[in-house]
Amino acid sequence: MILLPCPWCGPRDADEFGYAGEIRPRPDPSTTTPAEWRGYLYLRRNTAGWTRERWFHRMGCRRYLVLERDTTNNDVRPSTDASSGSGS
Amino acid sequence: MSMRLGPRVGEVIDRDEPLSFTWNGRTYPGYAGDTIASALAACGVRVFSRSFKYHRPRGLLTASHLDPGCMVQVDDEPNVRGAHRRVRPGMDVRSQDTWPTLSFDVKAANELARRMLPAGFYYKTFMSPGWLWPAYERVLERFAHGGVVGPGKVSALDGNERYDKRHAHPDVLVAGGGPAGMAAAVTAARSGCSVMLVEEELELGGHLRWGDDVDLTALSELRGRVAATPGIEVLTDAVVLGRYDGNEISVLQRGLPHVAERLVKARARTLVAAPGLIERPYVFAGNDVPGVMLSTAVRRLVNLHAVKPGDRAVVLTANADGDATALDLERAGVEVTRVDARRGGDVTRALGRGRVRAVELGDGRRVECDLLVTATGWTSAVSLLTMAGDQPRYDDTAARFRPDASRLPSDVMATGGVVGDGSCAQLVAHGEATGREAARRSAQSSVTASAAPPPLPVEPHPALFRGRTHGMVDFSEDVSSKDLFTAVEEGFRCPELAKRYTTATMGPAQGKLESVNVVAIIAEATGAAIAETGTTTWRPPYAPVSLGALAGRLREPTRLSPLASWHHSHGAAPLVAGAWIRPDHYGDPVAEAASVRDGVGIIDVTPIGKIDLRGPDVSRLLNLVYVNKWSKLEVGRVRYGVMCGEDGVVIDDGVTGRLAEDRYLMSTTSSGAVTVWEWLESWLQTERPQWRVHATPVTTSYASINVAGPRSRDLLARVVDDVDVAPEAFPYMHVRTGRLAGVPGCVVWRIGFTGELSFELHVPAGYGLHVWERLLEAGRDLGVRPFGVEAQRILRLEKGHLIVGQDTDATTKAYGAALDGLVKLDKDDFVGRPELSWGGQPGDGQRLVGLRMSPDSLVPAEGSQLLDHRGLICGRVTSSRLSPALGRAVCLAQVEAALAEPGRQVTVRLVDGGTARAAVTEQLAQVDPEGVRLRA
Repeated sequence: MILLPCPWCGPRDADEFGYAGEIRPRPDPSTTTPAEWRGYLYLRRNTAGWTRERWFHRMGCRRYLVLERDTTNNDVRPSTDASSGSGS
Repeated sequence: MSMRLGPRVGEVIDRDEPLSFTWNGRTYPGYAGDTIASALAACGVRVFSRSFKYHRPRGLLTASHLDPGCMVQVDDEPNVRGAHRRVRPGMDVRSQDTWPTLSFDVKAANELARRMLPAGFYYKTFMSPGWLWPAYERVLERFAHGGVVGPGKVSALDGNERYDKRHAHPDVLVAGGGPAGMAAAVTAARSGCSVMLVEEELELGGHLRWGDDVDLTALSELRGRVAATPGIEVLTDAVVLGRYDGNEISVLQRGLPHVAERLVKARARTLVAAPGLIERPYVFAGNDVPGVMLSTAVRRLVNLHAVKPGDRAVVLTANADGDATALDLERAGVEVTRVDARRGGDVTRALGRGRVRAVELGDGRRVECDLLVTATGWTSAVSLLTMAGDQPRYDDTAARFRPDASRLPSDVMATGGVVGDGSCAQLVAHGEATGREAARRSAQSSVTASAAPPPLPVEPHPALFRGRTHGMVDFSEDVSSKDLFTAVEEGFRCPELAKRYTTATMGPAQGKLESVNVVAIIAEATGAAIAETGTTTWRPPYAPVSLGALAGRLREPTRLSPLASWHHSHGAAPLVAGAWIRPDHYGDPVAEAASVRDGVGIIDVTPIGKIDLRGPDVSRLLNLVYVNKWSKLEVGRVRYGVMCGEDGVVIDDGVTGRLAEDRYLMSTTSSGAVTVWEWLESWLQTERPQWRVHATPVTTSYASINVAGPRSRDLLARVVDDVDVAPEAFPYMHVRTGRLAGVPGCVVWRIGFTGELSFELHVPAGYGLHVWERLLEAGRDLGVRPFGVEAQRILRLEKGHLIVGQDTDATTKAYGAALDGLVKLDKDDFVGRPELSWGGQPGDGQRLVGLRMSPDSLVPAEGSQLLDHRGLICGRVTSSRLSPALGRAVCLAQVEAALAEPGRQVTVRLVDGGTARAAVTEQLAQVDPEGVRLRA
């Protein structure tokens, strides 16, 4: 099980977190088209390599984190709190 | 016939503690410290099992946990490794699947049918005609191996059926307690590290244990150092199963006093793999006849258990261990013929059936004997290292695969025999250097410069196997060298394919014993070099692990309301609802429902999710997460709201009340309490971090009690201290805060899930029971009674109130739940708005409707399918009950939008196979559709 670096709690077992998925911009709901919106809902880049994703530290600080992770080997870089502005 | 020898220097048996046990119903003697196999071997038992495919008699091969020949049933536990498990007084040991007996096995007739079971017979035989498969299956399952799992009976000897889990965080985990592993553990611990030293066998020491006097001296010195060094936790009879991301090491502990097995999840800073070498069996004709053993098996039997494995032995040796075995046997009084493979000596065939009678040598000689010992090479136990990314390389000089340390991540190191050869002193020195470096990498050592351990020497060893024979390659699966040649001829030229085709390496030994032979023989058959033939892939677990150990103890918490003890002592039937145990009813749900319709009842609704919302931006949050409008909710009002996901699917519903200017209380469904809170947080933390809202889950901070029925106001008036409950002072869909029965800080809202006049009280949890009992006492003359979940479900169904998750599913959008009227598309933004603005056309999914059954008292089971006039499925019944108020069935159903008009007829397919007619009703509500009672 991988260790994730939580900016508030330090390195913690991934079991403590919920995976909230790849970070993708939310289209403006007032102007979006069905194609664009459904791409946002259902399509993922599913990159083999470094991705930016959101994790929720459910059993810790209960904060959403932005984390960069290499999906090929689970290397991770330091994370930031999702509300710090880099989250979207 | 006793084969027990006189005392040996390094023996592990305790001759002062004799014991007896049974083997296939007969009583046998043994000593404490004996394994099942050694005790039986000491009594002259040579056949322990029958082979998998041909049911050939099998004896000891490795005399270790790996031994494919002696899996046995112990009491109610199947597949016990008989050469590993210590025998205990009174143990009932049986051979597995040897009908009718071990010595007379009719299935050995299989051997005559060897032609019927060629390589890949799984894919060739019994395939056609297909209609005969059930018959084939009945025949084949009689041949299947494996013991019998006890019928829930606790083993009389272990007295434990529990499994356990543990988390550990050692700085250094050393896998393997041989000389190098012990040295690494001691050095790492002396450098300040916490060390976990894991050894699969019952004692530390590795091969030193069955060695000569020099080895035994080194062993006792090393064990003494381990014992004297603080900071080392030694786990024996424990095996490392795998290495995972983040250096998480799973360790299975066996042989514990209070639990059957324990799974240790160790997060190690550095893993030192010191698994040593596994002796490689020799492939030649007759190599599975009982009495053909590896040199390490013989040395274990003679030196650890004082068992003489035969009277006349031939020792085929290609290395120092084979030479030492010959000496051990001679000292034990065995007549020994040496055949030196380094000088061209060879054994071509072992003769005999139930036991070896003679062997044929490469020079044509025939030697009478009852024991053939082979010492023909080694296999590196690289499994754990390959799980860490290593790709072992075949070393022609040593005739084995060796790890490529350069491919290992920095938190994994290797030492000992898996790395190279050398004297005990060299192995210890390498272990010490590795332990020092492991400590440095774990950042617990003052030594800062990286110091790679000096390389170990690699001794030349001939590559020995006889490929073009019927010799066994995989003893567990009965795969011979000939089978591998056949597989290659049929085109399965790479090990990964040949493995799956023949099942070689796929038995209980999982390749640990046989993979080098498999690769070598495939290489010979294809004419390729072993190095370029490659190996099969090693995956966790390294050793078999029981499902019980993986599952561990049940640690799911159960949630109980503060009223649970009251429910229990008043005859409540428990209902498991997610994590909660709730009262389903108190004996008569129909009477409970009637009392709510006619008088007053109270129900414990504590599991309802409750979230305290505070801050200036709460109304903006509510506007975002609910599909309806919230900006104009005044203080003192509550409103019903529905939440949808970004895909327009209904995810939760509930009421939210405004208690003060900047303070709201949100309620959610019981099952949605956690997910809704996390979902609110996701919006507040990611998309709207600038909003000032505190969302606090307070579900269990309050006991929640719904007081329902036409007399509920009368009852509530008797317990409130400072809340005016008069109709004009406290109208429908309003909220009040105040003191109830002397308890301050209560929240009361007037809502009506049951369809009756009702008040929901949220009381500080510690006073829940007090208020509950006060209500019952104060309402005695009103006939107040508690009601359970079942009565509530009847009442809400009569009223047509939907339950999210029961009357909706993961595809039900707001308009599919008959909630169109609530959706306010003129709001700028709310979650789900785009999808809801595009959807809702006829033909677009299903709609929630009420159904009127014909005959009208027929209650179809929930989940019953609905059929259209063509007989095609067009929906399903989502909720159904017999309505006590109406005396007929009331149902909610999901039906295709085109059929969702009042009066449309559908067919309901009943559980018993019959059908019934049903008509779509005017409204969902069947009782009081105008809502007069709610607003009373």
